[in-house]
Amino acid sequence: MTRSLSSRQLTVLALVLLTIALGYFGRDLAKAMDARWLVKFPSAWVIPFKTWISAAMGWLIEDAAIGAVSFTGVTRAVAWLIEQPYDLMLALLATGFVSGQGSAAQVLLPAASWIAVTAAVIALGHYCRDWGLAALVGACFAYLAVFGQWDSAMVTLASVLIAVPIGAGGGLLLGVLAYRHPLFERLVSPILDLMQTIPIFAYLVPILFMFGFGPVSALVATIIYATPPMVRITIMALKAVDPEILDFGRMAGTTRRQLMWRVLVPSASHSLMVGVNQVIMLTLNMVIIASMIGAGGLGFDVLAALRRLDIGAGFEAGIAIVVLAIAVDRLSQAFAERMGQVRRQAPRSWAARHKRTVLIAALLAVTWLLGRFSPLLLDYPESQTITTGAFWSDTVQYLNVNYFDYFEAVKVFFLSWFMLPIKKVLLGIPWPWAIAMLTLLGWHAGGWRLALLCGVMSALIAVSGLWAKAMVTVYLCGASVILATLIGVPLGVLAALNSRAGAAINLLIDTLQTLPSFVYLIPVVMLFRVGDFTALIAIVLYALAPAVRYAAHGVRSVSNELIEAGLVSGCTRTQLLRHIRLPMALPEILLGINQTIMLALSMLVITALVGTRDLGQEVYIALTKADTGRGLAAGLAIAFIAIIADRLVNAGARGARARFGLES
Amino acid sequence: MKPKTKLSCRNVWKLYGANAAAVLQKDPNPSGADIRSAGVIGAVRNANIDIAEGEIFIIMGLSGSGKSTLVRCLSRLIEPTAGEILFDGADLLRASESELIEIRRHKMGMVFQHFALLPHLTVLQNVMFPLTIQAAPKAAAEAKARDVVELVGLKGREDYYPRELSGGQQQRVGIARSLVTEPDLWFLDEPFSALDPLIRREMQDEFLRLQARLHKTIVFITHDFEEAVRLADRIAIMKDGEVIQVATPEELLMNPATDYVAEFTRHIPRSKVLTVGGVMTAGAAGEGEPILQSMRVSEVAERIISAEAPLAVANDAGDIIGAIDRKAVAHVLFGGGEPA
Repeated sequence: MTRSLSSRQLTVLALVLLTIALGYFGRDLAKAMDARWLVKFPSAWVIPFKTWISAAMGWLIEDAAIGAVSFTGVTRAVAWLIEQPYDLMLALLATGFVSGQGSAAQVLLPAASWIAVTAAVIALGHYCRDWGLAALVGACFAYLAVFGQWDSAMVTLASVLIAVPIGAGGGLLLGVLAYRHPLFERLVSPILDLMQTIPIFAYLVPILFMFGFGPVSALVATIIYATPPMVRITIMALKAVDPEILDFGRMAGTTRRQLMWRVLVPSASHSLMVGVNQVIMLTLNMVIIASMIGAGGLGFDVLAALRRLDIGAGFEAGIAIVVLAIAVDRLSQAFAERMGQVRRQAPRSWAARHKRTVLIAALLAVTWLLGRFSPLLLDYPESQTITTGAFWSDTVQYLNVNYFDYFEAVKVFFLSWFMLPIKKVLLGIPWPWAIAMLTLLGWHAGGWRLALLCGVMSALIAVSGLWAKAMVTVYLCGASVILATLIGVPLGVLAALNSRAGAAINLLIDTLQTLPSFVYLIPVVMLFRVGDFTALIAIVLYALAPAVRYAAHGVRSVSNELIEAGLVSGCTRTQLLRHIRLPMALPEILLGINQTIMLALSMLVITALVGTRDLGQEVYIALTKADTGRGLAAGLAIAFIAIIADRLVNAGARGARARFGLES
Repeated sequence: MKPKTKLSCRNVWKLYGANAAAVLQKDPNPSGADIRSAGVIGAVRNANIDIAEGEIFIIMGLSGSGKSTLVRCLSRLIEPTAGEILFDGADLLRASESELIEIRRHKMGMVFQHFALLPHLTVLQNVMFPLTIQAAPKAAAEAKARDVVELVGLKGREDYYPRELSGGQQQRVGIARSLVTEPDLWFLDEPFSALDPLIRREMQDEFLRLQARLHKTIVFITHDFEEAVRLADRIAIMKDGEVIQVATPEELLMNPATDYVAEFTRHIPRSKVLTVGGVMTAGAAGEGEPILQSMRVSEVAERIISAEAPLAVANDAGDIIGAIDRKAVAHVLFGGGEPA
């Protein structure tokens, strides 16, 4: 070890080996030296961040006030504002308009009939594109009715229809503000960064405190989760407006407001719609998580099924979310395209121009009227619903009964040869050594700033008393990322080199990405039961996509000239891949792995449901106990891990690009 | 009678860089080397221009010469680092934001290289836009917009969207939109550069036809010297942020200020620029129906060459002021031959 200190590479290797050795024997070593504080952070040194945060939260809710307006008053007003349109939407789609409460309740007007709603989305599909889209969304909604998911789906749809306009509109306003005031942009962009790395769970707890358990809390959480990308896209889209258009607007003598709302925003509308689509997808992603703090609907069905391990019901409700997501996503995309398109209308009467609207309004009225006599027109008859729940349960049971040994063998193999060794090493590394190594790594990859960031953040995790849980997080996340990279990068390379395989792989990845994260858990839990291995599989499935996508993109975008140069030099196909394609694609591949790490960390919290013992579990427990300090501290620790990983990998990718002269 | 000056700029500087203002404070007239050593970029350097009412004033230069920056200083789309810009005698740089908005709404119009049409509005709505934001009465605004659309030859396409039109048609919309407020001062920033050569020619003719009717004061930017010569009353040539010569096309050809200007003029057919008055023998006697001195040589070359004797040249008032013969025309046409 000492003989090669002159060589930098050997030093790095030596440090890595030393770290692993320390990790492996750390426990025994610490015991032998009678210095257990080295591996286990002494509880006496812990700074009670949790208590402080909880106290601050308590003060905020109990005492905080500006003049006569108390903080609780503000949150109540916000809740009231959101509740009004939500109640209206919910009444229209799901519960019907009711007067009175409890047993004295009288239905004034039932909810819109499933026939009218389905007809409305079909009309919308036809309006936005063509009969093809109309058929697709019609089929999606018919599926919801036939498979008995209608009522829950409408509750979910109502919250989506409220959250999306608020998220998109609010994001637009914030983006406009940031575009106008660079100072505000500088203020808001690190917050956006943090928002996208803190797991959603962490802020569910304070929201729960401020808004109470119920659909409004769920809406608030959804909006907070779905708005940041809209802000970013708005800033980007406004900046990308052709400078000539900006000049024109000013030369036409527009006031600032006119310039923004009549020139810039309409000119950027196409990109803005991409942002709206993002908001919609994120809103649907939140459906299940939001149900933990009181959203009903499909999310609640999945969660409830997951808690009682009812695979059939969970799977059905999960699929219903996917179906709903597909319908809403395709509709919004088509709508965005249509906005950018040219359409010409002959001058006709209002009714002639709004045929579809008239038709749907008529249908709604007729079904309401006739619904009094025939309930079939209002609600899809329960006797006609199909359920596949039993089928899924039976399948899983069959697999478990007949192939239990095989599954068990796979699980044991992975656990004992892959996961447990990693876990042992990570937990064994003395924390002062780990912090030192991270700081060194930061310095090596990105100078003293990064070193400082890595050092301070990892030290904060240690002093908040979460070191062991953080290491379990790193272990689960690391093992999943290694596995996802080992599977994903070769798949991506294959997709780039072979177009037929590429099509199949793309389809697979698209499907994986539309599924809400929870849906992965259900079948895996059924086959492998709760535990780390189950979490690992769910995380790998969820986080696989970027590894594949970026690798494929990186390999594809290697310049043709370089390939030709390789061919002319007489490279074989393997040599071409090894010496030209892979090295050139390395920066992209690293970025993909970075994304994979981020997704893995966000999935980690969800896998807390299947009994992991990491920071995610800490957040989840805090949520069930409504312990703000505990939840936020653990959530921030996860965010710190994410930020350290993100900065380190990015610095590595930048270094690789700089070496190839792709970036200075 | 000298026409009155509509727009002029005095010692206008535009420097880009961290301490641009400080550089000019230290030395109000820094040299190129000073500017470079201070680490700033001199986009416009000490520009002095007077533009007369009703004239077509062309600012010509290659890309990066600062012509676009200068015109944006003149319209105050870019705030100059130093200098003053007099519009109708008042300093535009001192106008408040609301005054500037009023001036732009009523007195200035601008046409852009890439048209800058709003994609979400129809032709008619685009043309109406400047009136719409002034909250003009809708019916009057629409009637006005229809008039200008017809003026630029787009009648019948009022309800098209920009992307459905060809480049030339889109620029006609841009022109109509800039004229709808009846501005006095009309900026055109490389209006035809993005068009095909054939369409460009057609649009230039159209532009001259419009100007013959409207008599605007025009500031026209181009990098195409042929276009400049064809359209301009006067041309300012810019290089590296400096205005190196301001002159009529004819003067530029006859007396280029620098080799750089001479290089530009070399490939221009001289007969299309030089006027009869410029190459005639003043005071000489000639015969036949007199030729106007303001005519281009190319327009009358055939007649002069086929005539046996020198032809008489008259000024606008009809007085005979000189004569022109074959030799002078041949020299213009074939250049480099025996001096006349």
